[in-house]
Amino acid sequence: MTRFALSATLVALMSTAAVAEDVAPSDVAYDDYGAIAQSLTGVAGDPAEGLRVMETRSAGNCVACHQVSVSTAAFQGNVGPSLDGVADRWDVDQLRGLVANAKMVFPDTVMPSFYRVSGYIRPGDAFTGKAAGELSPLLTAQQIEDVVAYLQTLSE
Amino acid sequence: MRKVLQRTVAAMALGSIASIAMAQDDGADLVINGEIEITVRAPAPAHMSDTGIDTILSGWVFRSDETRQLEMDDFDNPAFLAVDRGIEAWNTVEGTEGKSCATCHGDVEESMAGVRAVYPRWNEEAGEVRTLAGQINDCRTNQMGADAYAYDKSDMTAMEALISVQSRGMPVNVAIEGPVAETWAQGQELYYTRFGQLELSCANCHEQNYGNYIRADHLSQGQINGFPTYRLKNAGLVQTHNRFRGCIRDTRAETFAVGSPEFVALELYVASRGNGLSVEGPSVRP
Repeated sequence: MTRFALSATLVALMSTAAVAEDVAPSDVAYDDYGAIAQSLTGVAGDPAEGLRVMETRSAGNCVACHQVSVSTAAFQGNVGPSLDGVADRWDVDQLRGLVANAKMVFPDTVMPSFYRVSGYIRPGDAFTGKAAGELSPLLTAQQIEDVVAYLQTLSE
Repeated sequence: MRKVLQRTVAAMALGSIASIAMAQDDGADLVINGEIEITVRAPAPAHMSDTGIDTILSGWVFRSDETRQLEMDDFDNPAFLAVDRGIEAWNTVEGTEGKSCATCHGDVEESMAGVRAVYPRWNEEAGEVRTLAGQINDCRTNQMGADAYAYDKSDMTAMEALISVQSRGMPVNVAIEGPVAETWAQGQELYYTRFGQLELSCANCHEQNYGNYIRADHLSQGQINGFPTYRLKNAGLVQTHNRFRGCIRDTRAETFAVGSPEFVALELYVASRGNGLSVEGPSVRP
């Protein structure tokens, strides 16, 4: 019993330590222009995984609204601007800020905030239509870094 | 940095000009059964002068030729099975008072002509705004002594479809002033509220982005003149509030219940954005 409790505490401590390396959504430091200078995880983003997140409906689904010419995802939307050449228009810190919370740059944008967990009206528990408990951000810190890494490859 | 920002804003402005051009109204006209002319595009009502929309468009305009065709002949429109069920229900005695709808209202084709076009509307006696579904249930419970229909289930949509058919081709003409003004204003506020973790309002998609695509979804103006609507993906009739609930759920929000005061208000407001289009229900949508 004691040994079980101890090892459970140890596991809890270890996972806390792992999470603690990520910058929590409420602790993200945006500069005056909505950019984030510091990596959210300290781990380099993986562009291939970033593309997967962008194309996957249950993940970022960025292509729902944005077109990416080199992506083979079906039915790319056009609510937002094309992301072709996006790396020529924004630097890495700006891209990180836009993916995490584009409203820091464009207050009225339709684009959801992918790394923010408060300030919502009637937030729901995913797509159940029921009230939310504690919210998770739409993307994890590492997924943000992965998406940013992929976006940096989109230069013309 | 500022230069980059300005350039991007300019690019976004260009993008929205392009998307207006892509609203994809090909000018096709809807005539049902070769005789009922449906107004699918009309000047926006005066209360929409600040919305940036000058022409209101039926959802029919945004659909594929195949889907459009299904609505052009009642023999092809799968909703007409429900209309037949509605006729049966109209003539069926139910409840403790020994009445059917026909007992009081007689021939549905005469008594219900024009009714759908003016709902939701103020009910003086009850002192409230009533949707068509709300009025149907009031008749059932207070006049017939029968059980209310479930607000968005098939008995209700069948009766709504039957009543809507009697107004097809007539202009939607929902009152927004007088005793309904407060409810209408509440509906307008809901329309522009950005709900849920995705922070999307009705307006974000259906006012700012109609004609654009969210993945395979071709965004319409969200008009409800065609409700109840037969959705091919549901293989059944969908009630207005059911659609509202689904939309708000999809913003990752805690949604409102069908028949709730919020959705009654929203229905009044959204219906009024269609003033001038024809009653089209029961329509067919993907």
